[in-house]
Amino acid sequence: MKRVYVNEEWCLGCHLCEYNCAFANSGEIDMSKALKGKPVFPRVKIDGDEHINFAVSCRHCDDPICVKSCISGALSVNNGVIQIDHNKCVKCLTCILVCPYGAVSEGEHGIVQKCELCVENSCGEPACVKGCPNRAIVYEER
Amino acid sequence: MSVEFVNPEFEVIRNDNRCIACRVCERQCANEVHLFDPDRGIILSDESKCVNCQRCVSLCPTRALKIVKNECRLRENANWSDSTIKEIYKQANSGGVLLSSMGNPNPLPVYWDKILINASQVTNPSIDPLREPMETKVFLGKKPDKITRNEDGSLNCELLTQLELSMPVMFSAMSYGSISYNAHASLARASKELGIFYNTGEGGLHEDFYCYGENTIVQVASGRFGVYEDYLEAGAAVEIKMGQGAKPGIGGHLPGAKIVGDVSRTRMIPEGSDAISPAPHHDIYSIEDLRQLVFSLKEATEYKKPIIVKVAAVHNIAAIASGIARSGADIIAIDGFRGGTGAAPTRIRDNVGIPIELALASVDQRLRDEGIRNNVSLVVGGSIRSASDVVKAIALGADACYIATAAVLALGCHLCRTCQTGKCNWGIATQRPELVKRLNPDMGAERLVNLMTAWQHEIKELMGGMGINSIESLRGNRLMLRGIGLTEKELEILGISHAGE
Ligand code: SF4
Ligand code: SF4
Ligand code: SF4
Repeated sequence: MKRVYVNEEWCLGCHLCEYNCAFANSGEIDMSKALKGKPVFPRVKIDGDEHINFAVSCRHCDDPICVKSCISGALSVNNGVIQIDHNKCVKCLTCILVCPYGAVSEGEHGIVQKCELCVENSCGEPACVKGCPNRAIVYEER
Repeated sequence: MSVEFVNPEFEVIRNDNRCIACRVCERQCANEVHLFDPDRGIILSDESKCVNCQRCVSLCPTRALKIVKNECRLRENANWSDSTIKEIYKQANSGGVLLSSMGNPNPLPVYWDKILINASQVTNPSIDPLREPMETKVFLGKKPDKITRNEDGSLNCELLTQLELSMPVMFSAMSYGSISYNAHASLARASKELGIFYNTGEGGLHEDFYCYGENTIVQVASGRFGVYEDYLEAGAAVEIKMGQGAKPGIGGHLPGAKIVGDVSRTRMIPEGSDAISPAPHHDIYSIEDLRQLVFSLKEATEYKKPIIVKVAAVHNIAAIASGIARSGADIIAIDGFRGGTGAAPTRIRDNVGIPIELALASVDQRLRDEGIRNNVSLVVGGSIRSASDVVKAIALGADACYIATAAVLALGCHLCRTCQTGKCNWGIATQRPELVKRLNPDMGAERLVNLMTAWQHEIKELMGGMGINSIESLRGNRLMLRGIGLTEKELEILGISHAGE
């Protein structure tokens, strides 16, 4: 299955992926309208220090601990993609606690969000990868 | 002090309706032009530091940025232009020599643009490169004077040492130090994939790139940095650098601050010491001396590698080339006055040397007149900008072209011409690790291969149009060229007729 992989050697820490992610999931067609003057809630986050940076997002684990531990059945695996059903989420935040990568986070209004490989929005392919200027994140089969 | 203030050249225009304060511009500008103001949640800019490299413009996700010429000019004066006056101010401030980079930007004639190419009509068929084979392969090196036979009467097909190029273009010398590790990695990988060559420049060969030796030309310059047995052994050819088009007659100076880590090891000089390339080679004061170095290098490489002598195009270039052709060198590389550099004194870059088109035409003619054209191959550089420049150069008499500015443009260079500051925002002309990282050689090599593949297609189309199916039949074929808007004298030197003739 194709997943998002990180080539940390080439990550510039520019944070563009975060903005492209937030925009892709905003449902808006204009980035300024979507993100201007508001806090942004990307599902990918840049971590690192002044020497190295890398993008952290859901690994779409083969044996996902978040799905196992979800008390309401809001998290599920669909064709390998770990997805969240916001209608079922009870905001207990167990998934945030158990994810070993820190890839699940609280979004706008405290709703739990995670990377769904842009299958739920109109981007068609992961927006973070598409906008990365240096191929520091790639979407491929490994 | 107000008298020291020099009005900035550019203005940074940010469309506030679009800017989302993502701070990408701030993080990406090594010149520290953009600054986030957390109190107001907006980005400020200090345009006095902007060099117009357009890194921020290219990366801004909302296309909110524009870098424009500062409209606040000094009073117009055809003699004292704005830039001339500002140069005076800068020198009055600093007391120093003005430095610049890349090629001469002044509006001096570009002869390529005044030369037109022929095409077949009616009386001779043109060739469709998509249907018929086209040969762009060239061999560089001394060619035999006559056909010889072996003892059994068969033809002797052994050629003298040659460089085989899949197309008549190579990447010219850019040293590791003047450009980054990742830029070198991109050039090396692309050369290998394309079947052409890149050139180490005078900074030695990084140990990681010895594996690309078959596609590497190693340079021996006046500083002799990084030259030792394995280095000469590693390359496919050895180039003696006598001069460079951007700064004929002067040497080079890479400040000690840039001689760190791998650069110091590759150049084989202590960390922090200035790398000074003397203006002349101190053992070469004549063609006879040059011959000694040519043959020393041939001895050292067991006569297996062609020796290139690179010179800048200067006034007596034809006589100089004639001397080089007799020195035992296999290839002469001539670099025109529009060639680029990582740093040169502005006055030299903008005022010394001659156009490559005129130099090439006169050298080719002189070598033919003297019957020694086959002693050497001719490679020309100094702002070859496109496939049509290549075709024109070949028709004027070159065997191949050297490109460097076009290659770094493919790598992302935006020709801001401030390489000398070492803060290249595109990761090319810098050694700062956080900037070097910006050039991913996977992308760099791919883009170079794309560029060369595109040029190769165009070269084939132009050749096909002329009814020529092999680049060898185009070389020196000046009948395929016509001048436009040139004087009798210019046409005479170029050896071409005027359009309509
Ligand atoms: S990169 Fe563009 S959108 Fe982001 S802060 Fe700079 S100007 Fe604003
Ligand atoms: S120096 Fe380059 S990156 Fe910095 S503001 Fe100017 S154009 Fe943008
Ligand atoms: S190599 Fe870098 S510094 Fe030099 S002109 Fe190009 S973008 Fe500017």
